[in-house]
Amino acid sequence: MANIVIDNIKKSFGAFQALKGVSLTIKDGEFVSLLGPSGCGKTTLLRIIAGLETSTSGDIRIGDKSVIGLPPKDRGLAMVFQNYAVFPHMTVYENVAFGLRMQKADDARVKKQVEKAAGLLHIEAYLDRYPNKLSGGQRQRVAVARALAVEPGVLLMDEPLSNLDALLRLEMRTELKTVLQEAGTTTIYVTHDQTEAMGLSDRIAVVHDGRIEQVGTPVEVYNHPATRFVGGFIGNPPMNFITMPVTNGQVAAGSQRFAVPAQGGEIVLGLRGETVERAPTGQGLDMEVRVAEPMGSHLLLTGSILGQPARVILPATETVKNGETVGLALDPKRLTWLSPESGVSYPAAA
Amino acid sequence: MTQSRPWIPYALILPSVVFLGLLFIVPLVQTIWLAVSDNGTPSLANMTTMVSDLNFGRSVLNTFLLTLAVVPIQIVMALTMGSMVAKMNGGRETILWIWTIPLGISDLAAGMVWLSILQNTGYLNSILFGMGLIERQTAWLTYQTPVALFIGIAIAEIWRGTAIVMIIIVAGLNQVPKEFKEAAEIFGASPWTRFTRITLPLIRPALQSALILRTVLAFEVFAVVYALGGRNFPVLVGEAYNWQNQNQNYGVAAAYAVLIMVISLAATLVYLKVVKVDPERLP
Ligand SMILES: Nc1ncnc2c1ncn2[C@@H]1O[C@H](COP(=O)(O)OP(=O)(O)OP(=O)(O)O)[C@@H](O)[C@H]1O
Ligand SMILES: [Mg+2]
Repeated sequence: MANIVIDNIKKSFGAFQALKGVSLTIKDGEFVSLLGPSGCGKTTLLRIIAGLETSTSGDIRIGDKSVIGLPPKDRGLAMVFQNYAVFPHMTVYENVAFGLRMQKADDARVKKQVEKAAGLLHIEAYLDRYPNKLSGGQRQRVAVARALAVEPGVLLMDEPLSNLDALLRLEMRTELKTVLQEAGTTTIYVTHDQTEAMGLSDRIAVVHDGRIEQVGTPVEVYNHPATRFVGGFIGNPPMNFITMPVTNGQVAAGSQRFAVPAQGGEIVLGLRGETVERAPTGQGLDMEVRVAEPMGSHLLLTGSILGQPARVILPATETVKNGETVGLALDPKRLTWLSPESGVSYPAAA
Repeated sequence: MTQSRPWIPYALILPSVVFLGLLFIVPLVQTIWLAVSDNGTPSLANMTTMVSDLNFGRSVLNTFLLTLAVVPIQIVMALTMGSMVAKMNGGRETILWIWTIPLGISDLAAGMVWLSILQNTGYLNSILFGMGLIERQTAWLTYQTPVALFIGIAIAEIWRGTAIVMIIIVAGLNQVPKEFKEAAEIFGASPWTRFTRITLPLIRPALQSALILRTVLAFEVFAVVYALGGRNFPVLVGEAYNWQNQNQNYGVAAAYAVLIMVISLAATLVYLKVVKVDPERLP
């Protein structure tokens, strides 16, 4: 059993607080992504879990046993480093074999495991080469193969596919997901590529400024972001935030009325761009379109709603001219309401 | 711009080439000629004189023994010291600074420092006497105590020459990104395995430079030996010095110089071969 409990982990570098109390529970065999912008503390958290960095306070349990103070090798995990850390003085074969050699595996098993991992990552052709003759993407795959070869109970991956071209990345993503699922590997996957996180993960933890803002399935995180940050970070185009006046617990959008979790004042509507439908103006929200971009699969509109910047998506079959005002009908089930002060969303109406 | 004037780099290095040519190549050729000639005609007389001299065998033996004793100890010490400071967070620069103090002292002065410790009225005897370990002043640096003399000279040489090795090795260690050691640690390598399988191979270029530099310098050992042992411990450069100054025989002195150069070149070639640096296997 390799479930992981991260319990209120804090980490300071001098006066700078990189992690401000992170808690996260990961079930055995689960695939969890840490998604967040550059510098938010993803690598730091991963290094603390691995035992390469000590936390300032808090507890880490792997398989229900606290691993604080245990050296990395006694934690039963493998890791893919953000900058690969592929050994330059060993062939690709010996790199992939390294973990098994340290476990004193016999040659037959080493060979079998190396070939399996190399095949999975399409690096069989380079097994006899030295890493400094390989491209960044190839080295990155060597690093992933090295981690997979030991068949770890827990696998930590720090942006392992960041250097691959789009096509190869898509392919590797699917294959990784399949092998890890088959092996039942508990995986923590760091990325700032949201499509990667959405596609791969059982759950996503969105990290921002040393804190976890939200943990949930990709659909939950996408449809009901817990905070303004999450809504703005996930989704392309990002969620629109439109501040609207509230009267008697209701918000009016043209002739549409929505009950909201506030009585008066203002509330922020979190609106996913693709949840609107074209309607006659005045029926829902009207949008002044500055630029209409036909993307092939859909039509992307950039402009403003109630004087606030917005981006929405209409079906590719619609035609909109630059400068036109279009009416947009809202789907009451797919709206998120947020507090204008705290930026935290109200729980989704049942 | 640079492409249109390909001669610029050559023009820029020309002065250094001329300088080296005048001050190195010319004396080198002259010295070699001096060694293998006699009154302007080619002759092996100087070589024969050198080899048949009573001190020749002893000086060769002493120089080699000293090199064999000193260089490995210095490399191991420098590696240990370098690895230790690498683990420190604060005070690293201060420690390195203190460790490199012997570098700033001329080798003759270094010999004098150790003479003041090891001579009959030196600090070592005072301490041993004070602790009641010896009953009267003991001589450590005489012809009758070759082992003590050898150890004394070796210690002084180690004290004086380890810093330069350490500087080269610390520079090499600094070039190894910590991720390599961390990756090895994650995959289960013990500290010793990390050192032998990751660190050592990655600092090969520094190790090679340190070995070559230190060995060549060890074959040229003189002032420390001269201060501590005088003529009790003949070494190659010391013999060259004696033939040059005491005996005024420049030919035999040149023969010694050529011999030292040949030994140094041979040692360098051995290191280049044995501690091979393959650019393909570097980061
Ligand atoms: N050893 C260190 N000393 C001081 N500050 C550090 C150290 N390591 C990380 N930090 C700081 O902690 C913060 C989080 O760094 P971290 O590497 O975890 O970010 P990240 O989320 O992995 O970013 P990226 O996506 O760019 O890799 C950054 O502001 C960084 O400057
Ligand atoms: Mg990072």
